[in-house]
Amino acid sequence: MLSTTSVTDRNIESIATLQGASAVKSYLQTSPEYFMKRLLAAGSGDIFCLGKAFRSGEAGVRHNPEFTLLEWYRCGWDEHQLMTELGELIETLLPTIAINKYSYAELFAKYFNIDPHQAELSSLQKLAVEAGSSAWSDDSRANCLDLLFSVVIEPQLSDGLVLVYDYPACQAALARCYSDSQGRNVSRRFEAFLNRVELANGYFELTDGQEQASRFAEDQQARKIAGKPPMEIDQHLLAALESGLPDCSGVALGVDRLLMQIEGAASLDQVMPFSWDRC
Amino acid sequence: MANYSTNEFRPGLKVMLDGDPCSILENELVKPGKGQAFNRVKLRNLKTARVLEKTFKSGESVEAADVMDADMQYLYNDGDFWCFMEPDTFEQHQATENAVGDALQWLSEQDICVVTLYNGSPLSVTPPNHVELEIVETDPGLRGDTAQGGNKPAKLSTGAVVKVPLFLDEGEVIRVDTRTGEYQGRVSSK
Repeated sequence: MLSTTSVTDRNIESIATLQGASAVKSYLQTSPEYFMKRLLAAGSGDIFCLGKAFRSGEAGVRHNPEFTLLEWYRCGWDEHQLMTELGELIETLLPTIAINKYSYAELFAKYFNIDPHQAELSSLQKLAVEAGSSAWSDDSRANCLDLLFSVVIEPQLSDGLVLVYDYPACQAALARCYSDSQGRNVSRRFEAFLNRVELANGYFELTDGQEQASRFAEDQQARKIAGKPPMEIDQHLLAALESGLPDCSGVALGVDRLLMQIEGAASLDQVMPFSWDRC
Repeated sequence: MANYSTNEFRPGLKVMLDGDPCSILENELVKPGKGQAFNRVKLRNLKTARVLEKTFKSGESVEAADVMDADMQYLYNDGDFWCFMEPDTFEQHQATENAVGDALQWLSEQDICVVTLYNGSPLSVTPPNHVELEIVETDPGLRGDTAQGGNKPAKLSTGAVVKVPLFLDEGEVIRVDTRTGEYQGRVSSK
């Protein structure tokens, strides 16, 4: 769980720890993804990890700085096969659950009558200002889309499991991109929502080490502009990608949130022995 | 005034929003796994009492509202204003009819109320939770009807009309819960 580097994500803050008299900095993992990809590159085959992950500053009804993630990878599968398996997993726990699947663009067409991949940034900003506040008037494409999705679309999703795929290229994170049936460059990333609560995030994984290195560098630049603490790039991960990550899909699922839904609990602290406000 | 950042938001905090003082009721962190964090905040506009929902970027800050609650004694109404006094300093404050609002129908002189001050002026008045008032107008009491459940309207000395049991008469003093407007019991009879 402890590593000398951590993610460069612009919106995820790692918890740093200090070791020894010289206070050498290391980080608690925000997910087991990088370690798992190194195992995959070393030939592990399909793997899963059920364990703790940590994210700084995330505390609330649906957030806790320490939480449990179930993450698994399927070699040779694409994201749609993995979405099917995710649906089967949820069905074994909640046998009567309804499962629906939409593309990101379908949902934006339905609720905003807009193409999230091709709309002008200014029209996304205008919608974001209406849904949020003037603080979004000069914000990025990714941030405007996130706001619109979270504030307008998510609360209107149907009961049960909703799988959303083909996320915008600007939110690709560690997913590979492709040209969809309408020629739009979109990412092969998906998310799962259980009763309108974000439950899981998955990718048809990017295996191109150079592409990954340039995305990390962009993240670092974005962090710098936003005044966030700099994060070193995990060279072990890049080396693993260079040596060859097999084609695979992976997904990470918030176990505490799943328990919350199974139990019908209103907040995470009802399914955790010691949520953050009791620590 | 000071500014508050979203991570300081908690229920009861008073902030300025679109030029009006508001009290925060709920603050929820919303953060897509890979996305930017923001806060969904429920607030009550203290001028209109309306509840609104607003989305802030996490880390955004808003101006604090100069709002404070003070216990004050109601002195008198001069026709235009309702006059309240701080018991410690004897400082007096004039509240408009708008600020007194619904408290109007419960106020007797000398009652201790909570007066909410905004920039030093009364913004709203909360009457005591329980007041004792005389019935000034009601249908004659029905003796021996104490067990039956029926009730009738009764006008009180402050002008409020509440439902009271049938046996009560004009001149009797009753206890009323101002939050619900409900009759609580008879205090004394003349």
